[in-house]
Order: sequence, then structure tokens, then C-alpha cells
Amino acid sequence: MNNPQAAQPQADAIIIVTNLVKQFGRFAALRGVSASFAPARLYGILGDNGAGKTTMLRMLAGLVTPTRGTVTILGSSDPRKICREFGYMAHPSLLYDEMSGMENLRYFAHLYGLREDKRCAEIIVSVGLDPELARPVGQYSQGMRQRMSLARALLNDPKILLLDEPFSNVDIRSAREMVKLLGHMRDGGKTIFVVTHQASLLDGTANEFIWMDAGQILNRTPDLKFMETA
Amino acid sequence: MSGPPGVTFETLKKDIRLEWRSKDAINSMLFFALLVVVVFSFSFDPNAEESRLIAGGLVWVAFLFAAVVALNQTWARELRNQVLDAYRVSPAPANSLFLAKAIGNFIFVTVLEALMVPLFVVFYKLRVLGPAWQLVPVAVLGTWAIVVNGTFFAAMSLRTRSREIMLPLLLFPITIPALISTVEATTTILVGDPTTSAKFWIVLLATYDVMFTIACLALFETVLHAE
Repeated sequence: MNNPQAAQPQADAIIIVTNLVKQFGRFAALRGVSASFAPARLYGILGDNGAGKTTMLRMLAGLVTPTRGTVTILGSSDPRKICREFGYMAHPSLLYDEMSGMENLRYFAHLYGLREDKRCAEIIVSVGLDPELARPVGQYSQGMRQRMSLARALLNDPKILLLDEPFSNVDIRSAREMVKLLGHMRDGGKTIFVVTHQASLLDGTANEFIWMDAGQILNRTPDLKFMETA
Repeated sequence: MSGPPGVTFETLKKDIRLEWRSKDAINSMLFFALLVVVVFSFSFDPNAEESRLIAGGLVWVAFLFAAVVALNQTWARELRNQVLDAYRVSPAPANSLFLAKAIGNFIFVTVLEALMVPLFVVFYKLRVLGPAWQLVPVAVLGTWAIVVNGTFFAAMSLRTRSREIMLPLLLFPITIPALISTVEATTTILVGDPTTSAKFWIVLLATYDVMFTIACLALFETVLHAE
């Protein structure tokens, strides 16, 4: 059941989704999701496997088109027009294994018209990695790869960050550092969506938790207490 | 270089770097083309005159089959780690990606041709009797015809389950007019018959290339963003 409050568009909403439906053949990944999201907030998207979390995130990124319904981001319903405003981190790394972290970021920076190595190096340092590391990404540990993937998503200094499982296979200390970094970025004005199964990591940092089940938003809560009753 | 040409250049540079490090495409292409040359040379034992008549067909069939190997590799590396999604969410134009891939494949197939032609000459005792310089536009236009369509159809078959089979199924029928033109032009030049000219086939090939390049560029964005 959708939370009625979630369907009410907020006056200052940065993202509004209305009656989103996504069918993959006969399987409905999203079943009429309506919600609005305010700027400069960190949202944790939670739910079991198959709840529709990743589909929802990919839809916000413009990688999946809705079967029905609309997505409006920063007042535009055309994802191509606002693609400079968001950063997307998927479950896979979205990096070339044969190239070093710096080479990867240099290439992706060009896609955004950024040509400064300094920017790439700064971003790599901000996620706790060494820009001088010549080793190809394929030889990175899973945690390093996740952090480099986050660096790629941050490259264009986006207003909206869409992160799918950023803490998977990351050790607890690095994951906490990532959460701290995300908190700082939220305080700096970014709107952040984090799809995760490790909800407790976001407790105290996320402004709101969005609970999804069977392609619908079940509830929106400011903390994780709902987990105990669900 | 900035803007769409800059993205094309950077993507091309990245692809050449990846190929240089992995050598996935060039090794498989070379091995495959070498096999074709050797197997054909054992299967037929033509004299010099017969060689000139069949070599055009043999050479281009070998290049077409070998190119398919490179064409499949082009997009396969974009599927690993879903890197293509990073391009799709960026503001970079779809056609910059397409052109970079097509030019990259053109370079790889040209390298293969440069290495294989001397082998064909030796194995089939070839000597050009017509205007040899005309082989250059034939090779350039023929190769572009293969790679431009191949790059497009390889992208189209990306999300199909058996994409390695899908590519030749889609590519070969559409390449037939270009293949006929290329083979006819090559044979005409090799034979050096004064009553015929390769110019007609070269013009036909150029027209084919222009038409299909425009069609591929017009349709690629739809293919890239298809689910």
C-alpha cells in the first residue's frame, strides 16, 4: 500500500514521480509508485530483493523508461536535458578493468566536457584512494572498486546522486567513511538516494527511509523503527 | 579538441588503448584470417590466371569473416561492468560513440588487411595487371562498408541472447551489395581487362558507404538507449 503522504507533491520537490509502472514482460517491477523528494536530503531506499529499488533508481537515472507514469526531475521530464545534474553509481563498477583509476576518470571527465586532471585527482583523493596508483581497476579490491565507482559518479559535481548498493563488499570502516562523505555532500546541498541492504549504516545520517515492497512504496520513515514492526 | 569531435577522439583513444593492452580483437582476427588463407590455399591449387579471378572474392570473404570477430569485441568490452550505462547517463552524444567505434574498427581491420595482403600475394602468386592504385579506394571504401554496418548491427544485437550469431545474420545480407562491388572492383583491377573499368564499382561502393553511414548515424541514438 502506498503511503498517502508520499503521493502528495511537496512544494520544494526536486524529483516528482507520478504513478510509475514498469513492466518487464509479464513481471511488474514497479506498480504505480507516486512520490516526491525534497532537495538536500539523503534517502535510504530499502526493501527485499525484487522490491523494485534498482528499477526505481535506474528510472530516475533515465536508463529505464516507465511503461506508464512520469518522472520529473528539476522541472524536466526529459532525462537527457538534466543528465549533467545527476551522478549514477550502479551495482557493477561502470569502469574499464584494463585501465587505471585515473585513466578511467580522465575518460569519463571528457564525456562531461571536463578536461582537468586536477579535478579527477581531487575526486579520487576525496574517496580515499591514490590518484597515482597505476594498477588497472581490474586488480583493485572490491572495496577500492566501489570507491572508484563512487568517484566516477561524483566527477561532474552532480546535484542528485543515485547510488545502488554502494556499501556491498566494502569493509565496515570504509563503509562508515563513505556514509560520512555522503552526509557531508548532503549538507553541501546534494540530494542523495542510496539503495542498500545495509540500512543500519545510514541510521542517523539518512533523512528518510523509503520502504519498498512488490514494486510499491510501503512506507516513508525518518528512522529504522519500521524495520522492527515490518 | 572539445565537443562531440573531442568525445569521439577520446573514445577512440580509449578503445585503442584497451585493444593495445588486451589484444583481444587483433589476435583473434589475425588467427582467423590466417586460417582462411592457409585452408583456401590447400583447398585450391590455382595457376596465376585463375588466382587473379578468384582472389578478390577470397580476400574479401576472409576480411568480412575476420571483421566480425573484431566487431563482436567492440561492444563486449562496453558490456563488462555495464560501462555502457556510464556513457548513457552522460551528456555525451550517441553519435560520438558510434563514430569512435566505427573508426576504431576501421583501424583494426585495416591493420589486419595490411598484414594479410602480402600473405595472399605469396600464397596465390598474385600480380596486379590493372591500375594498382585503384585498390586503395576499393580497400578503404570496402572496409568502411563492413565496419560501419558491423558496428551498428553489433550494437543492435548487444542485448540479444546469442549476439555472436545475430551479428553475421544481420550483417551479411545487408553487406551483399558492398561485397559484390568490392569483389568485382578488386577482380577487375587484378585481371586488368582493358574493356572494363573498376570505376563504376568504386562509385557504387562510395554511394553505399554514404547512404549507410547516414542511416546508421540517424538510428544509433535509438539503438543505444533501447532497453
